[in-house]
Amino acid sequence: MRFSTLLKKPAEWMRTPGPESDIVITSRVRLARNLVGHPFPGWARKEDRAVVMGEIRPALEDLSEMRDSFSEEMTKLSAIEKQVLVERHLISREHAAKGSGCGTVMNRKQTISVMVNEEDHLRMQAIRPGLQLISAFRSLDQIDTTLEDNLPYAFDHQYGYLTACPTNLGTGMRASAMLHLPGLVLSEQINQTIQGANKIGLAVRGLYGEGTEALANLFQISNQNTLGTAEEEIIEHLSKVISQLIENEKNARMKILEDKPTMMQDQIGRAYAVLQYAHIITSKEALNYLSMIRLGCDLGFIPEEERETINVLLTEIQPAHLQISAKRKLTPEERDILRAEIIRNSLNGLTPPDFTTILSERDDDE
Amino acid sequence: MNCDVCQSETASIFFSQVVDGKLQKVNLCKACADDKGVTDPTGFALADMLEGMGEETQTETAVETDELTCPSCGFSQTDFKKTGRFGCADCYHVFDEGLDSLLEAMHKHTEHVGKVPSTFPDLPEAELPVGPDEPVMEASPADKLSDLKDALSKSVEDEDYEEAARLRDEISQLESQLGDS
Ligand SMILES: [Zn+2]
Ligand SMILES: [Zn+2]
Repeated sequence: MRFSTLLKKPAEWMRTPGPESDIVITSRVRLARNLVGHPFPGWARKEDRAVVMGEIRPALEDLSEMRDSFSEEMTKLSAIEKQVLVERHLISREHAAKGSGCGTVMNRKQTISVMVNEEDHLRMQAIRPGLQLISAFRSLDQIDTTLEDNLPYAFDHQYGYLTACPTNLGTGMRASAMLHLPGLVLSEQINQTIQGANKIGLAVRGLYGEGTEALANLFQISNQNTLGTAEEEIIEHLSKVISQLIENEKNARMKILEDKPTMMQDQIGRAYAVLQYAHIITSKEALNYLSMIRLGCDLGFIPEEERETINVLLTEIQPAHLQISAKRKLTPEERDILRAEIIRNSLNGLTPPDFTTILSERDDDE
Repeated sequence: MNCDVCQSETASIFFSQVVDGKLQKVNLCKACADDKGVTDPTGFALADMLEGMGEETQTETAVETDELTCPSCGFSQTDFKKTGRFGCADCYHVFDEGLDSLLEAMHKHTEHVGKVPSTFPDLPEAELPVGPDEPVMEASPADKLSDLKDALSKSVEDEDYEEAARLRDEISQLESQLGDS
């Protein structure tokens, strides 16, 4: 498959709703594997990396799951193309900076993607819409089991799968979910939530933005420990915590609706107005307003079908996607203009938020 | 000014970025910038590259000192302290001293639980754990006898007579066992 074909298709997770998809955007599972007898990519010479790539790439392309896949060496991709893959969460930012002897293979639906010679020889990822960690794990586990017959994995009875960084040792598995938590942010419970998760061995970080700032109210939660707990058990624990977070988020939303309904109307109404009429918009501003539109969908003020449009927009307004759609390099100012245009066109015809449900509840109270 | 990566071409692309609170500057020639994918400095993490360059120079310095290095890949303890990563799978056995306490702090556990590759028991014998706790994995007595005899002649050659005496006892014990069965 060619890169242009890959680009035309939005990833499957953006188009298909999954369980709990009002709050859980995606579930991802990643496995790290290395081959015996070759230095890890970060310590390997170009020639070593090329040898490893020569072993791994055919094995990947032979997988039935990878029929009609996109498979390319990193050196053959332009900086913008690599950035597009980063924006779609198909490769890491670190991998995008890699040069010769590094590659990437992914299926057409973009549900399975593999980085060759990132920090480890193999970094395989499965991504699913909504809360589907177990099904993401199963599909990846199956691929891993097929691969282990052809690729001699570096494994040790005590340490498990041997990885370049000891933080990935053992299962080599990182399971994560991307959560939309505007309720916990607006009610200022988010820091407490993050600290609570850290205490039980889970990491929570803002998906976009630096430090504590989380644009679009999107957070990623993942397991920190990989050694000493079996894969299914790690996933079960994580899923349980996510279910609790979903509960907390729903309660926070209800509480805001009850205590500050006007504030909620203002936030969603304002987001609708700006996104419909802005002609210059930064990605920070756009992400935060899109989050409010999404919240409007969840609460029934905006038709639920619009959630899919928002999912696609979250990716389409990123810098590299904008430049691919313009077919040229854009200055930040030009990007802000194109971003506003794309959003206006996508939301054109979006029915204005309808707050009558809130209003009638208030009438009842009075 | 020469390129920081190849050191031969004249650098034509300059940029700086704050990495770990320090301002780092990198100068690159056109070819190396392309190779590293540095056409858009804003979408590029300088930290990754500095790390990559550090590793190249470390390869040379590690060989010169007599500190513990991995025989398979040449990685040293110092390299691990710098990068927090190992050089190859064998490094885990070369640098296993203190590893358990590191893993304990990181994962709260030191032993793998979970998936084991189905092909694993077929890997070369050196990879398999050998010890009194795992009688299943033990080599056959005949193999063991010939291994012991090899070890004995080597210890005699090395003039390690203490070890030779120990091996001689072990051999005679094993021979009598084999004779019994
Ligand atoms: Zn150069
Ligand atoms: Zn090594």
